[in-house]
Amino acid sequence: MDATILGAAVINGLLLGGSYALVAVGLTLIYGVLHIINFAHGSMLMLAMYGVYFLLVKAQVDPYAAIPLMVVVMYAAGYGMYRALIGRFSHGKDENILLITLGLSIVLENIALFFFTGDSRNITVSYSDRMIELGPSLVPLPKLVSFGASLLLCAALAWFIARTDTGRAIRAVAKERHGARLVGIDVEKILAVSYGIGIACLGAAACLLVPMFYVAPTVGHLFVIVAFTIVVLGGMGSFLGALVGALLIGLTESLSGLFLGEALGQIGISLIFILILLFRPTGLFGGGR
Amino acid sequence: MLEVRGLAAGYGEIRVLDGVDIDVAEGEIVAVLGSNGVGKSTLNNNLSGLYRPFGGTVRFCGADITGADPVRIVEMGLVQVPEGRRVFPNLSVRENLLLGSYRRGRANRARNLERVTATFPRLKERFGQMAATLSGGEQQMLAIGRGMMSEPRLLILDEPSLGLSPMLVDEMFALIRELNGQGLSILLIEQNAVQSLEAAHRGYIIEHGAVAMSGKAADLAANPDLRARYLGL
Ligand SMILES: Nc1ncnc2c1ncn2[C@@H]1O[C@H](COP(=O)(O)OP(=O)(O)OP(=O)(O)O)[C@@H](O)[C@H]1O
Ligand SMILES: [Mg+2]
Repeated sequence: MDATILGAAVINGLLLGGSYALVAVGLTLIYGVLHIINFAHGSMLMLAMYGVYFLLVKAQVDPYAAIPLMVVVMYAAGYGMYRALIGRFSHGKDENILLITLGLSIVLENIALFFFTGDSRNITVSYSDRMIELGPSLVPLPKLVSFGASLLLCAALAWFIARTDTGRAIRAVAKERHGARLVGIDVEKILAVSYGIGIACLGAAACLLVPMFYVAPTVGHLFVIVAFTIVVLGGMGSFLGALVGALLIGLTESLSGLFLGEALGQIGISLIFILILLFRPTGLFGGGR
Repeated sequence: MLEVRGLAAGYGEIRVLDGVDIDVAEGEIVAVLGSNGVGKSTLNNNLSGLYRPFGGTVRFCGADITGADPVRIVEMGLVQVPEGRRVFPNLSVRENLLLGSYRRGRANRARNLERVTATFPRLKERFGQMAATLSGGEQQMLAIGRGMMSEPRLLILDEPSLGLSPMLVDEMFALIRELNGQGLSILLIEQNAVQSLEAAHRGYIIEHGAVAMSGKAADLAANPDLRARYLGL
């Protein structure tokens, strides 16, 4: 095996992992605080990607310039969804939240099919095909931007969760709701904020993905299966785990693509998933809960 | 400052308290005693707004807070240190204390942090440590310190001496007196009847969902009936 090809595959894999990171971090944050898998994650990402697509096509807003807007809009959407649906109809039962998010994802996907048809859409921006030399390999500019911005945003979010009062309240609510109520934390509001932040991650992810990925009503599935594997690998609810997991999974996908052929790239991911469940169900960074 | 009248409370169909009357005046330590499962914690959690009372009224500093939400109750300065500590296990000692002033007392956060760590030097030594890794006694100090951070006007302590070694229990009661000496009103829920009646000004005995007896702490402690049943003397 040629070292250059291997090096290129490693770089490619890390970059790929970077673009998974935000999706996974959003999923793990929601899991960590609400203790549920957000089944609506994929369809919310899909909607966000359509949002970015139409912003470009109808209003000529560059996807990267749309990041602040998409983050705010998706945060509001997540917060509103929690307040209007999830919080109201779950009556505090995790199973109900699960079913509501599952139902939401089906509804959202069908709405997308109805309005946007099942066609895949691609966009072209001036920098779509720009290649940048990176060590042994040439990488597309959007991939590099996606990697950098994604890690930067994850770091900003980690800072927020670690250093602000709202971040502390989020962590407090994740583990000790009774105690949180007794210091006057509005637990329902913090749950909605957490869900909103998890969904806001998807807004940013969508802006970074659209310049290099097609948009279609089912596009969310692809990312969510990967993101779910990442979250399990990293340890459910672990922030750092999601980040490291994303890079590892990107690497796995790229390397198994190299050794097994492009079409089988995702097989490595399924394999890892099964191996973790067998040998380390708490994931890399998941302590026992 | 606290007036509870005819409080009825429970869970779903189950009525635990039925017509409880309790008062706490400014500057008092009031002890509430009763056997296991009689509804002492139920009383606290209804006062704190975690549950909505079935009936009766709760007034605090002149305002009707019956069925108010916990956010508003903490905002008004009625703060509970719950049974079982309920510290945030995944947060450091310092962060637990900071969150004590999440809703109230934020303006004086730095000063109160100094004050609490002066009261509990042990907490200062473990500032960066996760609360989950503290010993039971240290967690109890943290829970009280967290309550202090919100500058309470009335502090409810639910079995603060539970699970502490005899020496720490003595320290705990000394602390309760000290806090009260600084002007804090305290509603003290306890199993340890002897020491809580020594510390308190007045006391209430709860039986069968209502107040069975109340009065000056010294009188209760001298009552032969009570001495037999609660003081084990
Ligand atoms: N969340 C709940 N749901 C249903 N019943 C409850 C709940 N919490 C307490 N109870 C019941 O209410 C009654 C009173 O409980 P509570 O915890 O108030 O007693 P307590 O006086 O604090 O006892 P202890 O001294 O053991 O702490 C008990 O019979 C208990 O089983
Ligand atoms: Mg109790």
